[in-house]
Amino acid sequence: MTKHLLKTTAATAGIILGLAAAGTAWAQDAVNLRMTIWSANEAHLAMFNEIAEGFKATHPNVSVTFEPLPFDSYTTTLTTQIAGGNPPDLAWILETTAADFVNSGALAPLTDAFAATEGYDLADVSEKATALWTKDGQLYAYPFSTSPFAIFANNDVLKAAGAKTPAELIAAGEWTWDNAFASAATVGQSGKTGLVVRDFKFQTWQNLASIWNGWGAAPWSADGKTCTFTDPAMVNALTAIHKAIFTDKAMPGPGEDIDFFAGETGMTITQISRASLLPKENPFDWDLVPLPAGPAGEYSVVGQAGVGAFAKGANKDVAVEFLGYMTNAENSKKLAQFFPPARASLLNAETLASTNPLLSPEQIENVVISGIANGTVLPGHTNFAQIQQTIRAGLDSLWVPEADVAAVLANVCSSVSPLLAR
Amino acid sequence: MSASASPNQKRPFWTIARRDAAAGYIFIAPQLIGIIIFVLVPLGLVFWYSLHEWNVLAASFNFVGAANYQMLLADPNLPQVLVASAIFSAGLVILNMSLALLLAVLLDQKLKGMVVFRTLFFSPVVVSLVAWTIVWSFLLQNNGGINGMLAMLGIEGPNWLRTPTTAMISVVVVQVFKNVGLNMILFLAALQGVPKELYEAARVDGTGAFKQFRRITLPLISPTILLTSIITIVGSLQVFAQIAVLTQGGPGMTTTVLVYYLYQQAFQFHFFGYGSTLSILLFVIVALLTFAQWQLRKRIVFYEN
Repeated sequence: MTKHLLKTTAATAGIILGLAAAGTAWAQDAVNLRMTIWSANEAHLAMFNEIAEGFKATHPNVSVTFEPLPFDSYTTTLTTQIAGGNPPDLAWILETTAADFVNSGALAPLTDAFAATEGYDLADVSEKATALWTKDGQLYAYPFSTSPFAIFANNDVLKAAGAKTPAELIAAGEWTWDNAFASAATVGQSGKTGLVVRDFKFQTWQNLASIWNGWGAAPWSADGKTCTFTDPAMVNALTAIHKAIFTDKAMPGPGEDIDFFAGETGMTITQISRASLLPKENPFDWDLVPLPAGPAGEYSVVGQAGVGAFAKGANKDVAVEFLGYMTNAENSKKLAQFFPPARASLLNAETLASTNPLLSPEQIENVVISGIANGTVLPGHTNFAQIQQTIRAGLDSLWVPEADVAAVLANVCSSVSPLLAR
Repeated sequence: MSASASPNQKRPFWTIARRDAAAGYIFIAPQLIGIIIFVLVPLGLVFWYSLHEWNVLAASFNFVGAANYQMLLADPNLPQVLVASAIFSAGLVILNMSLALLLAVLLDQKLKGMVVFRTLFFSPVVVSLVAWTIVWSFLLQNNGGINGMLAMLGIEGPNWLRTPTTAMISVVVVQVFKNVGLNMILFLAALQGVPKELYEAARVDGTGAFKQFRRITLPLISPTILLTSIITIVGSLQVFAQIAVLTQGGPGMTTTVLVYYLYQQAFQFHFFGYGSTLSILLFVIVALLTFAQWQLRKRIVFYEN
């Protein structure tokens, strides 16, 4: 009986091993790369598939699958896949989690491989754009999207409320946060919504950088070790934002979900790629303008997305090669249709006009080109998710009418300091 | 099995007893294999992970012994989290059980159209939890449906999900409305199992309705009360989706209950080792509570078969 069992087991094992060996041999022939992305936009997918098809010309055995994951839980889903032993070969990475991915050693280095790719010209990609994705001189993810934050205005709503439009303020040389908040307050007090910081929702506080950078404020010091929520610049900036929300009704309060593109809001701060949400039917008179100047002067803020290859993937080398192909000078032009490029050679009105047909030449020059060239990236940090949640919990007590801004921010710093100092 | 059988005579392997046992094991195999693969092995793994520091991105997995458990004892957030869990569970169990019993007693009456009401109260149980919660999240917004209705009555409603007290109340009530139907049906079944003669005898003796309920109904349905209270408490400790959809643990950390905190640590902050330690804590709490309730049954449950 035992002998028989042994024989059977051995035979079964032989068959399975044989199959496995055959499987490996087969896998060497055909490589299927998987890239997780957070866009389910069909036009985006069509473009990616087109690039993947182009890669087939030189690598007929390689196919690429693009796997859209929901944006809200993107990083969680991605890390769960990694923890479950099923990591993708390539992945989009949000700027806020860039430090986690770049510093952990999870990603494969790209600089040498890109340098060896013919016609890649890595020097064309601005250093400012790659800073977040670089460690010890090695690039670990390519910033394929560098999208400036800007203000979309609904001139119909603004004019109906008797508020000055951004264009009027810019023409008069008065495009400052004081005046922008004043216009928004006029709209807010007329019963509509003045100004919405898109996706902020009193949770994603890092999006407020699009306002507080105008005060020269930052959540932590440049080395990331010290909490700077208690610095005067931040206290002043958040006092202004608090006043705009609770006293002047210039911005909607917590628990009010309002979409600018539905047409009932004066202004919104968001990335220029959201122009695709402008209504085609019943369009309103819209404008796109740079962020107003703050007490610290003019500034701009960009959001970035990177794409990297996993160092431990079975097809790492092919994945890096595909990444080099996907982001080379030629394909970057295709990517620029949807994702503002970080390549100097593409940052001109001509290229961007053909890829952003909705925008006027002035808008491209003032918002897109100067935004990308001068923009500071949204704040990020190693262990960002925990830091983000800790600060979110602390800031919750700021979002009530009677909040004591300085006291709340002191609490924020005392709870987040141990995490920053790590 | 008898020792007196001749040693030369080879006994057949498949004795009746063994055959019966094998048949029994085959019958329970589907369930047993499922429990081993999906419950016992993961449980063991979670304990194993809780002894490790596991950084998913760096792919490091190091044995750290009791370090995660020391971290648990020193975690400054944990007291707040446990208090939030206790408030949530207490609120949920009290509200759910009393409402379910009240509804069951009302729906136990022999009136026309009772089936419609029973269906009505039970229907939320079969609705998808996340869909249910998302609808409520719209209703509970500051400019949402509930405050809209209150405004029509001239009342300025609170910002339900953004004020600490009302946020907790909202999460509890949304969960109670979702699941009260299930307990209601269990109570209803128990009520209908109470012999009608007892009430008749009580009426003959001139016992009032409330006394009948206290002296006859409650004791006779006490096994069901115990069962539902265990299910409800265990369920309340595992609440997750409602918190994730409605409050994300806020405002501050007022609605960060243990399971949500565990999720944050493991899946958002990527501390899988510490997350596993928190699940062990949750397991111990649930096990202790269930054990305590089971012990209590000797004192409070009557007429148990």
